[in-house]
Amino acid sequence: MSNPILSLNDVSLSLRSNAGHVDILHGISLDVTPGETLGLIGPSGSGKSSLLMLMGGLERATGGHVQALGQDLGAMDEDALARFRRDTMGVVFQSFHLIPTMTALENVATPLELAGAPDAFDRAAAELDSVGLSTRADHYPAQMSGGEQQRVALARASVTRPRILLADEPTGNLDGTNGAAIMDMLFGLRDRHGATLVLVTHSRTLADRCDRVVRLRDGRIDLTAAT
Amino acid sequence: MSRRITLSLNLPLRLALRELRGGLHGFRILLLCLALGVAAIAAVGSTRAAIEAGLAAEGAALLGGDAEAEFTYRFASDEERAWMDNTASAVSEIADFRSMVVVETPTGPERALTQVKAVDNAYPLVGTVVLSPAMDLTAALGPQGNTDNTAPGAVMARVLADRLGLVTGDRFRLGEQEFRLSAILVKEPDDAGAGFALGPRTLVARADLVNSGLLTAGTLFSSKYRMTLPAGADLDATRAAALERFENTGLRWRDARNGAPGVASFVDRLGAFLILVGLSGLAVGGVGVSAAVRAYLAGKTSVIATLRTLGATRAVIFQTYFYQIGILSVIGITGGLVLGGVAPVLLGPLIKAQLPVPAQFTLYARPLAEAALYGFLTALIFTLWPLARTEQIRPATLYRDAVGRAALPRARYILLTVALVALLVGAAAMLSGTVRLTFWTTGGILAALLLLALAAALIHALARRGARLARGRPALRWALAAIGGPRDGALSVVLSLGLGLSVLAAVGQIDGNLRAAISRDLPDVAPSYFFVDIQRDQMDGFRARLNDDPAVSKVQAAPMLRGIITRINDRPAEDVAGDHWVIRGDRGVTYSANKPDGVKLTAGNWWAADYTGPPLISFAAEEAEEMGLKLGDTMTVNVLGRDITATITSFREVDFSSAGIGFVMSMNPAALSGAPHSFIATVYAEEAAEAAILRDLAGQFPNITAIRVRDAIDQVAELLGGIANATRWGAAATLLTGFLVLIGAAAAGEPARVYEAAVLRTLGASRGRILRSFALRAALLGAAAGLVALLAGILGGWAIMRFVMETEFAVIWPNALIIVAGGVLATLLAGLAFAWRPLAMRPAQVLRARE
Repeated sequence: MSNPILSLNDVSLSLRSNAGHVDILHGISLDVTPGETLGLIGPSGSGKSSLLMLMGGLERATGGHVQALGQDLGAMDEDALARFRRDTMGVVFQSFHLIPTMTALENVATPLELAGAPDAFDRAAAELDSVGLSTRADHYPAQMSGGEQQRVALARASVTRPRILLADEPTGNLDGTNGAAIMDMLFGLRDRHGATLVLVTHSRTLADRCDRVVRLRDGRIDLTAAT
Repeated sequence: MSRRITLSLNLPLRLALRELRGGLHGFRILLLCLALGVAAIAAVGSTRAAIEAGLAAEGAALLGGDAEAEFTYRFASDEERAWMDNTASAVSEIADFRSMVVVETPTGPERALTQVKAVDNAYPLVGTVVLSPAMDLTAALGPQGNTDNTAPGAVMARVLADRLGLVTGDRFRLGEQEFRLSAILVKEPDDAGAGFALGPRTLVARADLVNSGLLTAGTLFSSKYRMTLPAGADLDATRAAALERFENTGLRWRDARNGAPGVASFVDRLGAFLILVGLSGLAVGGVGVSAAVRAYLAGKTSVIATLRTLGATRAVIFQTYFYQIGILSVIGITGGLVLGGVAPVLLGPLIKAQLPVPAQFTLYARPLAEAALYGFLTALIFTLWPLARTEQIRPATLYRDAVGRAALPRARYILLTVALVALLVGAAAMLSGTVRLTFWTTGGILAALLLLALAAALIHALARRGARLARGRPALRWALAAIGGPRDGALSVVLSLGLGLSVLAAVGQIDGNLRAAISRDLPDVAPSYFFVDIQRDQMDGFRARLNDDPAVSKVQAAPMLRGIITRINDRPAEDVAGDHWVIRGDRGVTYSANKPDGVKLTAGNWWAADYTGPPLISFAAEEAEEMGLKLGDTMTVNVLGRDITATITSFREVDFSSAGIGFVMSMNPAALSGAPHSFIATVYAEEAAEAAILRDLAGQFPNITAIRVRDAIDQVAELLGGIANATRWGAAATLLTGFLVLIGAAAAGEPARVYEAAVLRTLGASRGRILRSFALRAALLGAAAGLVALLAGILGGWAIMRFVMETEFAVIWPNALIIVAGGVLATLLAGLAFAWRPLAMRPAQVLRARE
């Protein structure tokens, strides 16, 4: 087996809030191999999204180690993590999280601009074209449907050709038709660019499109199964 | 902006410009706060610059010539006059003194104090005297009336003529000389240069005073010699030449570069003070700016988290929003500069008509630059921390509320803020030229902000506890819960409104206490009248009239001369005493054989009653200590052009605060009694007897001048009232800014109230009950802000009265209660204005949109 692209070793996550201490994840150990597609499933509150955020360095583990591409994410400061994500990861959210003051094209170009790419807008335009939205390049998020916004978000996540794609219920806010189209697009992008995909979903059907499924319950891995 | 252009900018600036494309909709309060604060400072500064330019441009007219030599109680000696005639191309001599205008009426003589200017034919050397009806001054002062009933002409200010019921053609007396009013004096070109005068002006020809009994030896007057210098004359060299020859004879020199030094200094100080008041307005605006930036950045949390997810570093995020706020600040400050610079120009004609001094209204770069500097520093100081908090926003915010509680920003931002505050205070101290006042103001603002922040925390905690206790009273409980809730609306309301109200409260307390000290307390201890110019041979008759009057409780009289301290221990006085007020200009000097009753020596001994040796002096103890004098020191005093060197043999307590007779210097009789002089007297009498005393004494001794202390006090109170009014305008600008911040806070809280009202109505609350809760919430916060402002205002007022004015302080309660009521009313209005929409919207509409 090749070296894992993502490796979690006895990872736990606790959060402190005004209401007190909440344990989210306990003793999670998990490896993801390069090019693999992994589905994370489980009931609401089981810790799926939190696990995905730990993999992206968007959240810091309170115990154990998270490694991506062989690097310990816990050892990096916030800015190093940001640069690491910029260079290696793409993230898609359920709520799209497009920047409302930017056009579709500018949203897609932003990660390239952050990376200092001189041809950011040309590449962003090509990526928008690949998700079928070249005619909507100058539209703002508020002028687009939910499905279109998620396609822009997909283009933004893949435009840097990331080694790892993280998707947090990308169809959660979409109807069935749009949801299916987005998933086709996500898997298509993954197939074309050979990225590793980790997908959080409530849908068993979607999870079954992945190479492997991990089920969480109460912050622990309940089941790991190849599909 | 085209993409090509934006690509050439750095990334944070590109991101900032993209964010700003949505327009300035959410930034109205930020822009208004900055614009208003900057505009107030720019307007005050521009008006001050306009007056200073006016004074400089018309310096010669205000002074009455290119240069002026002044003497106290004497005219120039032949030698001095000869020097002036040789130096100047024209010289005009005037005498300036106080006297009584007497008008015979069927019910007896009417009297009024006047400031007489006795002029020669050359007057005025510069400018024109405007009379009503329009006529030439020489004609107006020439003989009036028909040949068998002629009298010299005179002109007087309208206020004096009206007070005495005089119209042109009427007769009146000055001393023993009769004059005929030939015209009303509308404008004398050199009036602003004369300084503070107790009586309105009467203008006569000096030659006509020969038989008046006025201007005799020992009369209190000053003579002024206005000179027109040859073209190209070096003012500095002329001044140096005059002082070298005549400084020791008591000559005082002024030239046209500072034609009205008193007015210039007053305008400068009042302007500096008002700019400091304006700075407190800017501080209030700063609170609003800070609140607006916090509200804006709170709305940008998901954008920031998204950018962080996409790989933006903390520096990129900080710079992106720093640029945005910077661009907005430039817009706000520019708006303020335009408003503050242009408004005085547009209102110039109106302001000019109200000003007693000349002014040239135009755009002045310096006050605008000063206002811009204050604006930028304030914007930086108040936005740095909210901007620094963007660094604490983590990407995880996108899927849960991961914004930490308000932690302190990194040390670099705290240090930078401290440095910026120091820079602002330093700049204000340097530019205003009043270091002490700047530090007092800064201390006051910082203390008030600290007090208000503590109060906000206390209100928050009390409201949380109170909400639990208010169970069963829903409207009150909701109001308290909202104030004690996790949002920080209470803080900005208390800070902004409270700071504005604090300034107003402090001004009210200081003004009220000063007025009380002058108008209410002073007359109780001050004499009824000052009588001046009493000749030595008139003293017995003067005393006789008063000693027999049971309504008179006390009469104090003393010989009065004026002298300039020129040397101390044979060194120039300023080398020893610096810039002490006693050595600036001439001071009253008296003499006495015996230690007067009630005088307390703090050191040394009084001379023997029959002492005739070398001159000895008893000096005011407090002033002596300030000037570093000790017993045995010698002091050269120039009296009427003659140097008298005396040895200090005692120090004595002198109280200047009760408006009684207080001389810094008293000498042994032999030192001074040979010099021509008159007596000064204070009379303490019941108010009802004052008119009769004046009538009898003025009738018996036409040459003496009576100054009614109540009138003088009224005049000082009026002057103070004017200053307080100007300050109140400054404070009103501060309060308006506070109100803007308040509206901003109310507007920012509106979406939350919309949601809250929808939920409450879904649960069955009536609109009336919700409205009551909103009103209670606003009123409670307003009352809290008002109470804290009151405390801050009283503390500030007490500090100023106690440490700056060194006088008693008592709380002015009516003013205090108005402040609290104002606080309640302002928040209530702002709160209710933003309550209509939450109450008008249908709950389903709100809740659906929320999902």
